[in-house]
Amino acid sequence: MAVSIRFVLNVVNSIGRLVMFFDILLYASLMICFIGISYRIFFWTKKSIGYHPSSGTQRLSSLIRGVVSTLFSLSIFRLVKSLIFDVLLQGRILKTSLLRWVMHILMFIGFTALIIMHALDAIITENLFTYYYSTINPFFFLRSLFGLMVLLGIIIAILRRYIFKPARLKNAKSDLFALILVFIIILSGIALEGIKMTSVSEFTVMVEDYAGLDYEDEDIIALETYWVKEFALVSARIESPFDSNALTLGLETHETNCMDCHSPNKSAFLGYIAAKMLSPVAIFLDKRNGVSIFYYFHIISCFLALALVPFSKMFHMVATPISLFTNAVKAPPVTNNNTTGNHMISGNHPMSGNQLTKQLMELDACTHCSTCNLNCSAGMIYEAVQNDYILPSQKILALKKAANGQELMSKEFTALFQGLYLCTNCDRCTVVCPSGIHLKSLWISSRENLIQQNLIRQNPGGQNSGQTNSANPFILTGFSFVRGLNKSFIEQKDYNEPLTKTFETVIPPEKTGISDTIDLDAPKNEFYTQTGLYPFSLPQTDTFSHCFGCRNCSTICPVVADFDHPQNQLTLMPHQIMYSMGLGMVDLAKDSAMIWNCLGCYQCQENCPQNVNVCDILFALKNKTFNLLQESSS
Amino acid sequence: MKYTLFLGCNIPARVQQYQLSAKAICDHLDIELAPVKEFMCCGYPMRSIDEFVFLLSAARNLAMAENRNEDLMVLCKCCYGNLKTAQFHLKENTSLQEKINKILKKENLTYKGNIKVKHFLSVLHKDIGINKLKSCIKTKYKKLNIAASVGCHALRPGNITQFDTPATPTVFDDLVKLTGAKAIDWSKKSECCGAPLLGINDDLSQHIMEKKLSDARQNGADFITVACPYSFLQFDNFQYQIAQKNGDWQILAPVLYSQLLGLSMGISPMRLGFAENQININSLTSYLSKEDTKTNARENSHD
Repeated sequence: MAVSIRFVLNVVNSIGRLVMFFDILLYASLMICFIGISYRIFFWTKKSIGYHPSSGTQRLSSLIRGVVSTLFSLSIFRLVKSLIFDVLLQGRILKTSLLRWVMHILMFIGFTALIIMHALDAIITENLFTYYYSTINPFFFLRSLFGLMVLLGIIIAILRRYIFKPARLKNAKSDLFALILVFIIILSGIALEGIKMTSVSEFTVMVEDYAGLDYEDEDIIALETYWVKEFALVSARIESPFDSNALTLGLETHETNCMDCHSPNKSAFLGYIAAKMLSPVAIFLDKRNGVSIFYYFHIISCFLALALVPFSKMFHMVATPISLFTNAVKAPPVTNNNTTGNHMISGNHPMSGNQLTKQLMELDACTHCSTCNLNCSAGMIYEAVQNDYILPSQKILALKKAANGQELMSKEFTALFQGLYLCTNCDRCTVVCPSGIHLKSLWISSRENLIQQNLIRQNPGGQNSGQTNSANPFILTGFSFVRGLNKSFIEQKDYNEPLTKTFETVIPPEKTGISDTIDLDAPKNEFYTQTGLYPFSLPQTDTFSHCFGCRNCSTICPVVADFDHPQNQLTLMPHQIMYSMGLGMVDLAKDSAMIWNCLGCYQCQENCPQNVNVCDILFALKNKTFNLLQESSS
Repeated sequence: MKYTLFLGCNIPARVQQYQLSAKAICDHLDIELAPVKEFMCCGYPMRSIDEFVFLLSAARNLAMAENRNEDLMVLCKCCYGNLKTAQFHLKENTSLQEKINKILKKENLTYKGNIKVKHFLSVLHKDIGINKLKSCIKTKYKKLNIAASVGCHALRPGNITQFDTPATPTVFDDLVKLTGAKAIDWSKKSECCGAPLLGINDDLSQHIMEKKLSDARQNGADFITVACPYSFLQFDNFQYQIAQKNGDWQILAPVLYSQLLGLSMGISPMRLGFAENQININSLTSYLSKEDTKTNARENSHD
């Protein structure tokens, strides 16, 4: 008697501990999740990766004002539309790739449905359906179906990312981690269901709780036989071939006592498959409390995922819908068009406080799906230069790092700077981004931020430190076009300083204004080789030797014509550059201001009677100087 | 007629109206355009940094276009010039081709160099022809003076681009004239617009533009027409910025040739993206002559 009382107490105790353990884990992970999300959202209003001329704006309050004014305006309709098409139907993913849409929608619907129907069954499903039991159809079947959807999604994702990996698709550890975590949750859930199906102890508990029958009854043996045959139960005392009488009686007992609350295990097909796979070891596992081990494994992985939501890729579940909403309501006007007008009012300036907040949010909304990379116009530049930061998704990673306050090492800074600058501003990443991230304004703003930081880095002691290496050779290239178009968003001083500093470095003041005489004995260099100008130049850039000094090129050059004293201001005019090259004085030629003020309009080349490829030679000199500057600044 | 359409970077991002209006015209002329979304940057901005990368970028696009059996129609003159330049330098240069194809192989592409690259204006001028275009004009312009800005990179180097005669270009003027507008004679019509220096030396860029615009104005231009997004952005956006700061600035509104032609073909300003222009060009409609001069011609062309 005492033994049985102790047994009962033990059972009660362990159930109590179980419930407590579950609750503690649940509340702890919920708390971590909630605090984490709040922290991340608060973080959005604190940090900045973009250029902002007026600091000290109250970003939190302007954020709240922005949100409130949007919610109580007609924009609410746009939000609803975005909720349906962008968030629920994920139309933006569908637009870029059907396969990716199938993949994500499978995971999204499957996982969301499992959370609502299965994880929150005590709160939602039980209240909606009074007849709810986790073991009856349709719920029993649907759990497997939803699980299968998620699994299929994961399989497609893994195939896409790791097997059929298209060029320029990038994987990060966080991508793999997220996939593995979801995979573990689903797989452990299926395994748990499977082991429950095979477990005799589970069967016994059910029989006692629901049917009120005694384990040694003939009815129960018959029922057990039936369940072993049909329900994947594994019992030590019942083996095939089955007694046909027992099966008939078992079916009867099943129909009377079980059927109303327990649909056939085959309908939960994934669990059933798992049960069949586990059957050889089922008795062994059942004796060692396999069901609770699997149970713990499943819930711990779920709670781990819950707690990690704010700190993993899973955070996109929060940030991406917000990104989709904000960009559905107002996209900042970072294009040439309509830079004035209504867009400029109401804090929607591309570099205003709310935009800085939005940019931080958007970094979190990135799911690192690589759609941007696959559509990036600078793809070939990446293939040739092999700097990861040329690809949008990798720039986001670096910017995230910078936002987290991690100081970028100077090598990384240079690489990110190059990546941000070697962008053709085609805005395609913005168009295709499934998370609706307004990447173009992110680039323009963070690029400007880095241009300003570059000045500080190159010149740490301020203006009087005597350091003159403030060269930013990128700013002298065609990639600056969009910066010029958007100059009204940048304070004049901030706009001009990087340019003047770079020009000063590239063309040192002592070199402006040519001396009356040139030292012909100056050392010649090996700059011009058999294969053309270093590092690479177009064919026929050695035609400078054909120059007979007619000056047609300089006479027709619209740049030369614009200067009052071209020889002083440009150091060398085109014909003089051709001549210098002919004399082997390449350094003299490449340091002239002319080459960086060249429009590349080809008037010189077109009008050369000697077929000197004047303009191509100027481009070759730019290449040469650019490479030297880049080497010296890195 | 069918072409593969090359848009480049600027048009989809900043000059949507060029794409809209050019497509509207092609619809009207039964030209089928196949957009290829896998095209990338033509390589133009890389020229100052590394001309190998420029050639690689251009070759990748050309290789992609070669996989289709149509000529390539380019809207941007800088893209056009650069694609032509790349073709020119890669022609018969097997070592360079090999070097490039090695990189392109990653995406199963091979540069062969067997495709025709044509600018939008050449397609209209040569492939469609002035007469056919004339027959499609619904309402001619009257007393409209247009300065046609030819565009450097389509025109020069002439031996490579083969767009027009560099010293005496006529293609663009011919296209303007068929709309009934007068193509004014001005000395700076084949000069640079200044856009390549925007963002690098803004003052110089502005001066170059200023000289060009004032030459056009002095010769009586009501509008300046372009067929290149760089020139357009320079004359539209940059000019607008300057005019905002400088009250004395006299604006000469730029109009894309596709908008100019489209309007006279009877395509609505909305379809031609007039509203996208920063500098308003709605007054262009007031130059359309009242009566439908070409009703007969249109009927004939439908037979």
